[in-house]
Amino acid sequence: MKAFAYHQPKTVADAVRLLSQRGTMAIAGGQDILGAMKDGLFEPEHLVNLKSLPGLGDIKETSTGLQIGALVTLSDIAEHPVIRRDYTALAEAAEAVATLQIRNVGTIGGNLCQRPRCWYFRDPHVHCLKKGGDQCYAVRGDNRYHAIISPGPCYIVHPSDCAPALVALGAKVTIVGAKGTRTVALKEFFQMPDKNLKGENVLQPGEVVTQITVPRPKAGTRSTYLKVREKDSFDWALVSAAVVLQMQGEVCRAASVVLGGVAPVPYESPSAAKVLVGKPITVQAATAAGKAAVGQATPLEHNAYKVPLAEAVVKRAVLAAAGVR
Amino acid sequence: MPQQKTKRIKTTVTVNGETREVEIEVPDIEAAWGDPQNMRRLGKRIPRVEGADKVTGRAKYTYDIQLPGMLYGKILRSPYPHARIRSIDASQAEKLPGVKAVITDLTREVKYVGEEVAAVAAVSEQVARDALKLIKVEYEPLPFVVTPETAREPSAPRVHGGQNVSGGNPRERGDVDSAFRRSDVVVHEATYSVPARSHCCLEPHGLVCQWQGDKLIAWASTQGIFSVRDELAGALGIPASNVRVICEHMGGGFGSKFGARAEGVICARLAKVAGAPVKLMLEREEEQLATGYGPGVTAKVKIAATRDGQLIAWESESYGSGGVGGGSGIPLPYIYPVPNVRTRHYDVATNIGASAALRAPGHPQASFIMESAMDDLAHKLGMDPLEFRLKNDPNPVRQAEYRLGAERIGWHRRNRVAGQAPGVVKRGLGVASAVWGGGGGAGSRPTVRIDPDGSVEVRLGTQDLGTGTRTYVAAIVAEELGLDVRQVKALIGDTDYGYSGASGGSTTTASVAPAVKMAAMAARERLVAMVSQHLQVNPADIVLADGKVTARGSSEKSLTWKQACALLGKEGIEVQGEWNANLQGSGVAGCQFAEVEVDTETGKVRVVKIVAIQDCGLVLNRLAVESQIYGGVTQGLAMALFEQRLFDEQTGRMLNANLEEYKLPGSLDMPDIEAIVYDNPTGKVSGMGEPPVIPTAAAIGNAVFNAIGKRIHSLPITPAKVLEALGKV
Repeated sequence: MKAFAYHQPKTVADAVRLLSQRGTMAIAGGQDILGAMKDGLFEPEHLVNLKSLPGLGDIKETSTGLQIGALVTLSDIAEHPVIRRDYTALAEAAEAVATLQIRNVGTIGGNLCQRPRCWYFRDPHVHCLKKGGDQCYAVRGDNRYHAIISPGPCYIVHPSDCAPALVALGAKVTIVGAKGTRTVALKEFFQMPDKNLKGENVLQPGEVVTQITVPRPKAGTRSTYLKVREKDSFDWALVSAAVVLQMQGEVCRAASVVLGGVAPVPYESPSAAKVLVGKPITVQAATAAGKAAVGQATPLEHNAYKVPLAEAVVKRAVLAAAGVR
Repeated sequence: MPQQKTKRIKTTVTVNGETREVEIEVPDIEAAWGDPQNMRRLGKRIPRVEGADKVTGRAKYTYDIQLPGMLYGKILRSPYPHARIRSIDASQAEKLPGVKAVITDLTREVKYVGEEVAAVAAVSEQVARDALKLIKVEYEPLPFVVTPETAREPSAPRVHGGQNVSGGNPRERGDVDSAFRRSDVVVHEATYSVPARSHCCLEPHGLVCQWQGDKLIAWASTQGIFSVRDELAGALGIPASNVRVICEHMGGGFGSKFGARAEGVICARLAKVAGAPVKLMLEREEEQLATGYGPGVTAKVKIAATRDGQLIAWESESYGSGGVGGGSGIPLPYIYPVPNVRTRHYDVATNIGASAALRAPGHPQASFIMESAMDDLAHKLGMDPLEFRLKNDPNPVRQAEYRLGAERIGWHRRNRVAGQAPGVVKRGLGVASAVWGGGGGAGSRPTVRIDPDGSVEVRLGTQDLGTGTRTYVAAIVAEELGLDVRQVKALIGDTDYGYSGASGGSTTTASVAPAVKMAAMAARERLVAMVSQHLQVNPADIVLADGKVTARGSSEKSLTWKQACALLGKEGIEVQGEWNANLQGSGVAGCQFAEVEVDTETGKVRVVKIVAIQDCGLVLNRLAVESQIYGGVTQGLAMALFEQRLFDEQTGRMLNANLEEYKLPGSLDMPDIEAIVYDNPTGKVSGMGEPPVIPTAAAIGNAVFNAIGKRIHSLPITPAKVLEALGKV
């Protein structure tokens, strides 16, 4: 790891000022950036510790929903009784991340802002498109874990488990930067590579995510997060799905279906939701939602298996959320 | 002098991990372990003598060695799969404060990513890493090929200048062509493949080297302290007697840690140049790139049996790859005797580091190929796969093990017709077998010492690569002298303790245990002579048990252990033992049964249970044998479902040189494992560290076939492959 200067700002304003400098990166739980620095992928001159900022480590319940500080750990989210009960998809997603050791220090802000796991991107000796090179090696290379839905020219999948759940729950993020504070819907926070090749989100240099706000689900809302991975101990999603259903009796009044592991962003499928709304949740409806969710997929050479897998994951998540066996 | 009686025996020898069976002439000296029924310690579940040290962190591994003034070594490795080195400029690195030694004369051409180019020693790991970045290497990249499939193409870049494909000499017996043409046979043809797999030792390769004048002490994480000594002496041009190698504890080798290797010689050279001790431990990426792996193999197979299920013919054409060097041969056909056989095996060179022996080299690969073909053929014959094996496996031990295993897994619950399990998540059962030598060889010369204060020590320059060597060395002496295992201090892992061979090929126990037994018997004989004289009884009537020395039939004539040892005088007893072929045997048998669940919508395989049965002749430590079975099954499950080394044809780089995308199972992926030690009354000890890894992947593959009725022809069995086999992709 290249030597760096370490800063411990006491206010968000100080952090933002520090982060606006060139060669500066932020660290919170450190579960992504430390590995990347050890691998030589990032070599910041300055590292700004966000953990020293006060007031960002709490989960607050308000009449309108939840306010989750960006420094709240994934373990805290997974174990929070209200999140488990009313925002189930988020608790299940947080619990599906990595290992308990990582969840104990990894933060929700870091989980949303972590960089992709694409093995070409992660290899410091490979100068890929995302790092300013002239080609995406995944296109002709080993793309078994890559995106089946992407406008190109890059085919990463977004690695976060919590992001699909939070998008499905309609979360917003608070971003603080040199020009002030702004609030962005999480689904607008993430960007496809045709909009933003080098990053995965709207954060500008110097900006930090400080809070995630999740609206209180309407009565009758049930949600779940389902993740399929090659191994159950410590693995990334091949495909995952967050499903939020607002039920009125047997009938689904509103639905949100967001997939992980299929696209460079948490992939929301309005067409899958449309299949479900206005009907009782049946195996048939859930199966149709699964098909609709990845109807637009254009797999690469080695990842066509993700299409039937995504269909199954969505179907099961819908049934699980609705409590249908 | 009367001529010594000799006899010829078959045993196994291992040189750098390559194990083969040989016939040798050995002295025929009468000796026996005795009746296991009468043993107090051996054959029981003996906790490891160093267990508490290991779990509390007191145990010192090579990684833990800290010496005053010690420097840290780091190796600069090639980022290119093939390149000529035009120049190396290390002047900036040499000027960096804290850098004490730089080596740049390692090679002029690199043939794989990760090959050693230069090395430094510095006051900290951080400074050493910074120094590597300051070494300017001008590479001229050359054409490369990293996958065996591409390397086989005529237009592929040449790895060594000559043809990439070598070998292929047919091995033939019987009349293969006529056998396949017979009208009463059923023939099956298919291609099966196993990818290359990394060793993934928990402790990486590495050493600490310290010079004292022209003498070198090396702490090494190794399976062979004497092979490290000899390689260091040879490479450095110093007498072997000037090198002392120490390995008190080590965190796994699995066949990849026999010699000093490149990093060992570099470490010793850096220490010499710097005039200070140097620690050089590899990082995980280096482990993946440059410390070997078990070669991958693809085999095109044709197998035939008569309609009543008698194997009659086998033909295979197989391609394996050991990268820039190292063999890839596999034993085919495997286990089940076939009268008419033709095999051809080709080695394919690629621009990847050399392969190394990996726990039962070639056998797990052969097992997956053979056992998959066996089940596919049984399916065509309409025969129960277990019945098919019972009919074609003449080994009496495995015959008994098959029946025991079938009962324990509940074989009657299998799908009579593969794929006919109900539901979305389908259950299936599978079986596969293992064979191994496990015999030993001469050379070990342990010393047993009894001091007049009653303390007992046994010394031998063997090493414990995690299999429990230290524990049975102590337990054998304790058994012989009627002591507690903890009353015997076993000193191993140091070349100063006297020669013993490298630990590979499951040869250690059958090599070490007989010699220790002979030394312990000699020590006992001396002690008994002394005590019988003192008590004025016949030596044959002396009994050593429960820490007492007693005369049979006269309980008043009894001494405590300490009283007896006090009779020895100042010099005590110090005796050596030599290997005795009559105390060891070769040829062990095992089999495993797997139960799996296959999710036909996600393609995911969950292993529910493995029943693993293994014999090793006379059991020395039941707990350690069970541990070896658990370890073998764990590695076998990883091979079945997760492990594969992936290389990118565009860049020539390994895609998963880590433990993130190079996938190993965690606790949530593990099944219920029933480890059954099969007591085979040979009265002789044999090794068994390797065979439990052999059949696991094949048994799992066969269970998947039984569940879904589709064969996954290549490992690992991933959701992608299952979904594809089910026609869902």
